[in-house]
Amino acid sequence: MGRYIARRLLLTIPVLIGASFLIFAMVFALPGDPVAALGGDRSLPPAVEAQIRDEFNLNDPLLVQYGKYVGNLVQGDLGIDFSQRPVIDTIEQRLPVTVRLAVVAILFEAIIGIVAGVLAGIRRNGFLDNVVLVSTTLIVSIPILVLAFVAQFVFGLQLGWFPISGTSEGWGSFLLPGLVLAAGSLAYVARLTRTSVAENMRADYVRTAKAKGLPRSRVIIRHTLRNSLIPVVTFIGADIGALMGGAIVTESVFNLPGIGRAVFDAINNQEGAVVVGIVTLMVFFFIFFNLIVDVLYAVLDPRIRYD
Amino acid sequence: MKFTQRSAALIASGLAGAMLLSACGGDDDGGSGASGDGSFSIYIGEPQNPLLPGNTAESEGNQVLDSLFTGLVRYDADAQVQFTGVAESIESEDSTTWTVTLNDGWTFHDGSAVDAQSFVDAWNYTAYSPNAQQNSYFFSNIAGYDDLQAPTDAEGNITGDPVASELSGLRVVDDLTFEVELSAPYAQWPTTTGYTAFFPLPPAFFDDPAAFGEQPIGNGPFQAEEPFVPGAGGGITLTRFDDYAGDEPANAGSVEYRVYTEVDTAYTDLQGGSVDIIDTLPPDALASAEAEFGDRFIETTYGDITSLSFPTYDERYADPRVRQAFSMAIDRQAISDAIFLGTRTPATSFISPVVNGFREDACDVCELNVEEANRLLDEAGFDRSQPVDLWFNAGAGHDAWMQAVGNQLRDNLDIEYVLRGDLPQAQILPLRREQGMTGPFRDAWIMDYPTPENFLGPLYSTAAIGGSNYTFYSNPEFDALLEEGNAAATDDEAIELYQQAEDILVRDMPSAPLFYRVNQGAHSERVDNVIIDAFGRIDAAAVTIAG
Repeated sequence: MGRYIARRLLLTIPVLIGASFLIFAMVFALPGDPVAALGGDRSLPPAVEAQIRDEFNLNDPLLVQYGKYVGNLVQGDLGIDFSQRPVIDTIEQRLPVTVRLAVVAILFEAIIGIVAGVLAGIRRNGFLDNVVLVSTTLIVSIPILVLAFVAQFVFGLQLGWFPISGTSEGWGSFLLPGLVLAAGSLAYVARLTRTSVAENMRADYVRTAKAKGLPRSRVIIRHTLRNSLIPVVTFIGADIGALMGGAIVTESVFNLPGIGRAVFDAINNQEGAVVVGIVTLMVFFFIFFNLIVDVLYAVLDPRIRYD
Repeated sequence: MKFTQRSAALIASGLAGAMLLSACGGDDDGGSGASGDGSFSIYIGEPQNPLLPGNTAESEGNQVLDSLFTGLVRYDADAQVQFTGVAESIESEDSTTWTVTLNDGWTFHDGSAVDAQSFVDAWNYTAYSPNAQQNSYFFSNIAGYDDLQAPTDAEGNITGDPVASELSGLRVVDDLTFEVELSAPYAQWPTTTGYTAFFPLPPAFFDDPAAFGEQPIGNGPFQAEEPFVPGAGGGITLTRFDDYAGDEPANAGSVEYRVYTEVDTAYTDLQGGSVDIIDTLPPDALASAEAEFGDRFIETTYGDITSLSFPTYDERYADPRVRQAFSMAIDRQAISDAIFLGTRTPATSFISPVVNGFREDACDVCELNVEEANRLLDEAGFDRSQPVDLWFNAGAGHDAWMQAVGNQLRDNLDIEYVLRGDLPQAQILPLRREQGMTGPFRDAWIMDYPTPENFLGPLYSTAAIGGSNYTFYSNPEFDALLEEGNAAATDDEAIELYQQAEDILVRDMPSAPLFYRVNQGAHSERVDNVIIDAFGRIDAAAVTIAG
């Protein structure tokens, strides 16, 4: 297992280098002139524009620009954005917000999703199953933007249960946005769990366990659920990777300064260093959490071995 | 078994935590102490740059800097210049060499004196091109500016250092006096000096400009006691500067500028009472806000203009009669009512109504006149069978009204149109510079200072080609009148000459004035005396806390 993990981690290095170059090239290939747009409707003085271009190496060919970027990167310098702010500061500032939002969302997604899925799955076509079916269909079909505004209006403004926006309430600020962000995935998790549980409930070993007279809760949790979790864990693992990349809509509506909005703005402003720095980090998270998922397979299913 | 036990514990602690947190959540507005010491909050968007006067050219950063600094002169709510700033007087015999005399007793927040040197040093820093300050061009009319610009080759690469690092036109006479020599006469120059770019900087700035940008040390009614960290979510809280030397110190104890990415969210926060003032309303709220907020609804005219500019370099639009016809075919009032819901008023001049020298009847071809428009178009022999391209930048909310303009051209002039609104600003600006506009395009200008010249020179003078003159309009007669206006001995004479210059624009129509923006904002019951000026800025010092 240790060797397997080490090999997978080593593989991430070429992936990250390749990804960063691809992203760099894509930002480079974006049409338009980011420096010209800095002044809005007004032009900057030519010498000032030239100075900014020079500072950000914008007159160099792609490979030279990338070379200079990597040269700084190996010295631990992620570069600066157009407002002279180090990219590393932006990441340090915004990543904790994104992580908190992702953690809250994943907790909601896993807990509510799995519980709902199990309740629906153990009694197929029962009352609870139908409730879960209808409610998840409803949730999946509402766009997250609508969901976010409605939740903010009802639970934030009218009922006053949650802060309307901002991060001033600590973890409490993240409950409502986390729930909104989790809603779609939560429905998927519930559905996946339900199907998987319903199928396993009819498996031979479950019938055997029941016949042995094991308590119902033990049969469901120990025998059915554990085996049913593999597709669910795969989904949640991939979802963590995605959530770590930030959630532009949720962050914007609830005014949470996370990484998603930062990268969105940076793409709009064509700030190469910011885009490459953050997106490469996202790629790393994605690889990392997928590795964890693969390791979890072995935990959940003893038949899976990696060595 | 371990796995399930652990997750059960997680569920329990997660829920308990959730309940605890939501119990203490809710309204977060701290207590407002005794009157005069309370605090309030103002919505802003994310400032583009660190808070440096020389590098802040957008409204969000300007709003914060306006609380932190006081310039030579100040503008009142009607955009009139008031000598309530640092300058005692700004005088000149010939409109070229100006003597600025400062009031005694002004200090920066760190205790250092606001003297002549602090203005001269700040202006030299901003004008020097290697410092890459966006507001550099504000000093372009001061003698010696060109020597502070680094030379560039044809591709825009920098080929060396500037010849000088200090403007030859700035001379410190004594602690409280300095002289400014302009490269050409400009009678209204004192009016320009209230703008952000002209604020003074203390010696501390030159030691560490980056740290200063996070926590500026100004001379204004409020001071920053904590650094502003962009993207940190909270924004920045400023506290009253008790040694403020101006006539209008801050009424409240502190002001929090809270950064939002979406104005909709700020508006919901205002409704919920957790932010006190917003100076912009989300589109959905325009229809209902006035009724909802009553006398807490604020409306002021903004010093700007939106126009439909013409590519005068394009043969099709080279005839002024064609451009006049387009202007007369647009029913500005209808668009303002139907699409902007009153947040724009029809333009009747090239100059904003907030500026002295504005004439309500300046532009007779800015009114709807379908018959005359068609007559002019025929006279000019315009080919109506070809559709007209209408250009604007994408993603900025211009689609609906540009389409309305197109519909009116179609209905009134029988010309089909094509909307060219797919390119963002970063792509459309280079096209505008390279004469790439194949039809009329959206143009906008926000004033830097309340003078008629600011609405004419930077947009339509020959000297501004390559700058913000995207129509490439050039008329020596217009340039001459502008120069005469700049050199006039008195304000009144200057204004008359500027108006004559404007008359030429009406005749030549390089651009059809369309709208002036109306700023709409609202505030909570906790605050009073909320004034939004013609720059769209809230006078934070004037705000009082109710009760």
